[in-house]
Amino acid sequence: MLRLLSQIWTVIVMNVRSLPQRLWMSLAATFAVTVVVAVLLSFLAMSNGFSKTLSGTGSEDVAIVTRSGSQSELNSVIGRDSVNILSTASGIAKTADGQPFYSAELYVVVDGKKRSSGTEVNIPMRGISSLGFDLRGGIEIVEGRMFADGTNEIIVGRGILDQFSGFELGSEVAFGKTRWTVVGVFSTGGSAFESELWADARMVQDLFNRGNSFQTMRIKLSEAGNIRGLEEMIENDPRLILDVDTEAGYFAAQGEALEGIVWFGWGIGIVMGLGALAGALNTMYTSVASRASEIATLRAIGFSNVSAFFGTLVESVVLSLIGGVIGALVSYIFMDGLTTATIGASFTQVVFTFELSADLLQNGILLALVIGLVGGFFPALKAARLPVIVAFRGSA
Amino acid sequence: MAALFDLKNVAKSFVKGKEKITIFEDLNMEIEEGDFVAIMGPSGSGKTTLLNMLGGVDQPTGGEVWFDGARIDKLSEGQLAKWRANNVGFIFQFYNLMPMLNAARNVELPLLLTRLGSKQRTKNVMTALKLVELEDRAKHMPNEMSGGQQQRVAIARAIVSDPKLLLCDEPTGDLDRATADEILKTLQLLNTEFNKTIVMVTHDPAAAKYAKRTLHLDKGEFVEAEQAA
Ligand SMILES: Nc1ncnc2c1ncn2[C@@H]1O[C@H](COP(=O)(O)OP(=O)(O)OP(=O)(O)O)[C@@H](O)[C@H]1O
Ligand SMILES: [Mg+2]
Repeated sequence: MLRLLSQIWTVIVMNVRSLPQRLWMSLAATFAVTVVVAVLLSFLAMSNGFSKTLSGTGSEDVAIVTRSGSQSELNSVIGRDSVNILSTASGIAKTADGQPFYSAELYVVVDGKKRSSGTEVNIPMRGISSLGFDLRGGIEIVEGRMFADGTNEIIVGRGILDQFSGFELGSEVAFGKTRWTVVGVFSTGGSAFESELWADARMVQDLFNRGNSFQTMRIKLSEAGNIRGLEEMIENDPRLILDVDTEAGYFAAQGEALEGIVWFGWGIGIVMGLGALAGALNTMYTSVASRASEIATLRAIGFSNVSAFFGTLVESVVLSLIGGVIGALVSYIFMDGLTTATIGASFTQVVFTFELSADLLQNGILLALVIGLVGGFFPALKAARLPVIVAFRGSA
Repeated sequence: MAALFDLKNVAKSFVKGKEKITIFEDLNMEIEEGDFVAIMGPSGSGKTTLLNMLGGVDQPTGGEVWFDGARIDKLSEGQLAKWRANNVGFIFQFYNLMPMLNAARNVELPLLLTRLGSKQRTKNVMTALKLVELEDRAKHMPNEMSGGQQQRVAIARAIVSDPKLLLCDEPTGDLDRATADEILKTLQLLNTEFNKTIVMVTHDPAAAKYAKRTLHLDKGEFVEAEQAA
């Protein structure tokens, strides 16, 4: 066994030392794996970050009510009267002074300029009341102060500040004919709300001509996840043409679009991986061909074909792993923590951060390993099966 | 005493597509231990094929090959590899050194198949290099050495594990006269002083003179020297 290992080791050492003779081809194969791993990890980091943002957004003890059939908050409308009726349903938590604990909100889009590209994109702006703050919890004003009720003041999510220009504390912004002053920056600990602008609901109603209607209603539930009371009321009152879900359920449904990105990422990773695999196979077949005389000579001396097999396989795996590690490093350096905005399900920008976890990096390395193993296996078999008489053919 | 090698009714043919090429139909020969046999013959007469069968890197399609009282023509590939490691040193026309290893590492290769520790291996390597008068070139890479020096490294590699048998295919085919003579003298020394049994294929009658006897192969059979072309 020890002797077999020393045989294999000798063959590996010789192969690795002779790599410079096949430098460009080996580099190309390694580079292909680098690209594959980097691309795959980018997709995975993106969906990982995006789904973390969305899953951090929804809460189980808050119900979200939209107009029946509306796909998103943006195209939902709820009149004041519907809000009033629904607020009498059972299962709604009470505020300290005994009122039903809910927040009727507006949700409109305004224009913003992306810092990175300067392009105009939609940013969601939420009209909200102080109850809306209490109801979400975990919201913190990290700079400046809260907007005052009945004024043209807005506070901006931290994600907005990073990604879009013109929202610095104290600056004036114009949306259509309306003008607003930024008085504060808030944080929600990374949820999608951080990609929003918030202002007093009544001011948003006035300035966007929404009369006395809202778009969504968020209701604090007295029992987490239990929306039976709300559902029953909506079912039994023909005036209420509404949908209700827990906020967690609502955002999870939106996040399902993201599963597509994960599969897409793996799809692209695997298709490109096949390309890299072809490169690895080609490289290793060339390696075996160029070492044919050496392999046969060692076999004539008495080296086992196992050593020829593993020498080739290890060379392939080493090349692939180098490529994979570089790919993982590249994506870690350039992607991890990269904050970007993408289109959310409601065609507004959701700001999120690419997040590479150890798990994901492992996936990347694993893919590189598979490419190296498969790409080396068949050439290694060929090396092991090389007839020994090749050694006696003129090679010089 | 039985001969070291005993070939009985050996047949060898290759199948190439639909064609069957017969090299040997009924070849018989004996080689005593300590013999130095030169094999000559025209190109394509089967010299290399015969050497390959003696060295256990190719197998006959018929007949028997006995070595030291045991049949080797029916051994499996793995058993043959072991048999080669224990009994045969090969010397090739183009030296077949590993270009990425220095002289000492090249010579050490057969010892990696033994139980020797690294100190003992180094000692044996130096002994072998000394025998071919290359002990001062131990650290040199093959491409830093002349053809004659490379072939001497190859000889050192062939003898380092002390096999009974040396098989050489045109060992001087790529060398000039003077260098060839040095190599042949070394082989002769190995035969006379160290009792190595040597089978050497050559085109060169001058080389064959170093052997104890010469066999002429033509059309798959041994013929008398006078009949040989
Ligand atoms: N693997 C093989 N497959 C098919 N035919 C082969 C094979 N090896 C050798 N032959 C044929 O067998 C015959 C003898 O070949 P061999 O190499 O033994 O000749 P040789 O006497 O060594 O010739 P040379 O002096 O040119 O080296 C040739 O006709 C050759 O074409
Ligand atoms: Mg030949």
